[in-house]
Amino acid sequence: MAEHTFFGLLPPQATEIAKGVDDLFIFITAISVFFFLLVIGLMLSFARKYRAEKNPVPTDIHENLPLEILWTAIPTLILGVIFVWGFIVYKDMSAAPGSAYEIRAIGKQWLWKFQYDHGASTVGELYVPARQPVKIILTSDDVLHSLFIPDFRVKKDAVPGMYTSLWFRADEPGEHVIYCAEYCGTNHSGMLGKVIVMEPGKFEEWRSGKLDATATSNGENVPLDIQGKALTEKFGCVACHSTNGSVMVGPSFKGLYGKTETLSDNSKIVVDDAYIRESIIEPQAKVVLGFDPVMATYKGLVKEEDINAIIAYLQTLK
Amino acid sequence: MTQSGAAHGDNYLNHEKGIKSWLTTVDHKRIGVMYLFTVLAFFLVGGIFALLVRLELFSPGHTIVGPQTYNQFFSYHGTIMVFMVIIPLIPSTFGNFILPMHLGAKDVAFPRLNLLSYYLYIGGAFLAASTMAFKGIDSGWTFYAPLSLQSRASTTLVLTGAFIMGFSGIITALNFITTTHKLRAKGLTWDRLPLFIWAMYATNIIQILATPVLALTLLLLVAERVLGIGFFDPTLGGDPVLFQHFFWFYSHPAVYIMILPAMGIINEVIPVFSRKTIFSYKAMAAAIFGIAIVAFVVWGHHMFASGQSDTASFLFSLITKLVGVATGIKVFAWLATMYKGSIRFNAPMLWAMAFIFVFTVGGLTGIYLSTIATDIHLTDTYFVVAHFHYTMVGGAITGFMAGIHYWFPKIFGKMYKEGPAAVACALVFIGFNLTFFPQFIAGSRGMPRRYYDYAPEFTYLNQLSTIGSFMVAIGFVVTAIYLFQAMRNGAKAPANPWGSATLEWRTASPPPHDNFSTDPVVTAGPYDYSSIKV
Ligand code: HEC
Ligand SMILES: [Cu+2]
Ligand SMILES: [Cu+2]
Repeated sequence: MAEHTFFGLLPPQATEIAKGVDDLFIFITAISVFFFLLVIGLMLSFARKYRAEKNPVPTDIHENLPLEILWTAIPTLILGVIFVWGFIVYKDMSAAPGSAYEIRAIGKQWLWKFQYDHGASTVGELYVPARQPVKIILTSDDVLHSLFIPDFRVKKDAVPGMYTSLWFRADEPGEHVIYCAEYCGTNHSGMLGKVIVMEPGKFEEWRSGKLDATATSNGENVPLDIQGKALTEKFGCVACHSTNGSVMVGPSFKGLYGKTETLSDNSKIVVDDAYIRESIIEPQAKVVLGFDPVMATYKGLVKEEDINAIIAYLQTLK
Repeated sequence: MTQSGAAHGDNYLNHEKGIKSWLTTVDHKRIGVMYLFTVLAFFLVGGIFALLVRLELFSPGHTIVGPQTYNQFFSYHGTIMVFMVIIPLIPSTFGNFILPMHLGAKDVAFPRLNLLSYYLYIGGAFLAASTMAFKGIDSGWTFYAPLSLQSRASTTLVLTGAFIMGFSGIITALNFITTTHKLRAKGLTWDRLPLFIWAMYATNIIQILATPVLALTLLLLVAERVLGIGFFDPTLGGDPVLFQHFFWFYSHPAVYIMILPAMGIINEVIPVFSRKTIFSYKAMAAAIFGIAIVAFVVWGHHMFASGQSDTASFLFSLITKLVGVATGIKVFAWLATMYKGSIRFNAPMLWAMAFIFVFTVGGLTGIYLSTIATDIHLTDTYFVVAHFHYTMVGGAITGFMAGIHYWFPKIFGKMYKEGPAAVACALVFIGFNLTFFPQFIAGSRGMPRRYYDYAPEFTYLNQLSTIGSFMVAIGFVVTAIYLFQAMRNGAKAPANPWGSATLEWRTASPPPHDNFSTDPVVTAGPYDYSSIKV
């Protein structure tokens, strides 16, 4: 296992972002140690120098404006620097490169499930290629969870009914622990997983099913979007939604993903994961302008995994 | 009765006798004492849960109980300590006992309301505690939806209890504000108010403004249940993140309800024992109000990893830094008050110095958490647990301990022994740091909070923590022993044992039923010791 960082205070650094976070961590630590020593040092030295036996008569001091300005301005300045630095590093953490390889993750009491574009799904183990940006799109099946990979310094809550995401680019092949960081009930501390980082070539082999890794694919993999297509047929979506742009009972699926839709109250909304999920679970919540609210809810019928597959399918219908 | 205050040997403790005279009293001093014992009883219960939690964590995996029981332990520890202990700790005890005396008043403005607020507190506390009798709570003291909705009845009950206690806090707050406006002694102008009063004033405003949000949350929880309208429950189309907004909109200001009164006490203790006026009275008062105002607009710093928008995170992070600046001003001003003083190290001063130490550590580690990039790694880990124990627990408890050692002679009319007091202070101080400092390291190395089981690499850090927690417990047991001993047969306390300048010390210890035999007149500032001999 890789070395811990910064006198063992931080986990190993397995991404570029981790290094950025750690530099800031070290800077804040330096500042903190300085101010801690200053405050405690002054307190103890005053306590020694001005104890009643040594200094029976106190000096009457009420205020000292220059000093007060100083101890207001200096911390403000330092905190300002830390704030800006922190935000710059965070910007890198929050915006995934467009080229990122997407994996969908579902937290459920008490395991992590991952769905890959080629159709495999894994439980507990997250397979990713080294040196390539990977974006994890998170949701939850039940309560809040939080995907936390200490070695990557990333963490994001998995919220039921919502899609959140995080991204990373792992430096080297290796393994890294995954924790659930948001308290989720009885077995919260047992909701563990690990990231398995592979050489890109090896990852491709795994993806194509050639690699006979034990916990990988579930038999013959059907790619996620093809699974989604099959689901739209199975659930009868295609009876009302076309895939060629023609309007049937409902709007066509073609070119739907990412477009700006006008709703019955004339408000606009960009079609994204959350909107699609809501359209399936709660169709009446937002009704498209010009259509009747005839779509029935699929709540209880479709699983989070199914919704992920349908989203993947709709994304392909450009 | 009006004359009796001056009569020799008559004081509020023996003015009327019998348990009934206590339970129906409208004397602010007696109500303060009742609160003191009630809150400390809950402190004992919450403390026992803390020790159970630490025992379980002594080794990875099963140590004494299973995960379900462990989750209940920490949920009860947190809930009891936050809502029943630390929030009311200082306002209800010293606020009730000292505030009117600080002002030179005979009582609070509405004595009957004051008694009502005591019973509301008791009622709320027992309502919340009653969940223990049946299903219990296991969602932590933060009650995040939708987990907490899986045991909605318990959650609703606890939050109702919290709200009733909060309501009791509102009544007390209104009472104190009115008292401060209306019942000040002659000559006690606004710029001569002790800073403890300013701290209480700011706290009271927060209580009045923030507590209704808790009520609203509760109302929505109930409406969701009864009417089936989704607010927080995703299966009803609700938004669980909204619950977090509501929760922290109350609970972040509540953090300052816990800490401001403690700062107020430190403001009283340091000048008295340094024989010097507080450094920059005006800046101190301004910093208190600055913190109180900012307290309302930083709640989102608890939610950097929750999926809230980047813009929101940006603003919350920025504003939170202001709290750091205001806190810095206070710490430096306390040091400047000690500078060139004539310092005596009685127990209250030792606790005040312990306060400065733990609060400095707590404040500095807050920088890591208010900075988004580092917070992403640290949030929901033991780093956060350590941080808030240093600030709100370390702060409120050391502040309270400074206060109880400072005012004990006034409240009970007896002196305690300094030797055991110093030993207890050292035990708690060292134990506290031993408990919580390793948690910073466990957290930055990646150990999430609320974990029943943990990786072996965290074992030794957890063992240090557990050992430390028992040291703290021993320290408090020692404190209880010498204080009870002092109550029974301590030396009689003089009226003004520490040479303080505030009004409560101008009357006998313990004070007569009416507080002052003659109405006090103020001619100097609260920290002017020039005419007081020690
Ligand atoms: C009975 C016909 C019918 C069926 C079956 C049906 N839908 Fe719909 N759907 C509609 C109609 C009508 C609308 C437009 C009105 C509205 O927004 O509710 C719509 C809207 C939508 C939208 C929003 C489209 C937009 O332009 O914003 C999505 C996404 C969607 N449906 C997905 C699905 C999926 C996935 C299924 C199958 C699981 C499905 N629908 C099954 C009738 C149907
Ligand atoms: Cu969890
Ligand atoms: Cu907060």
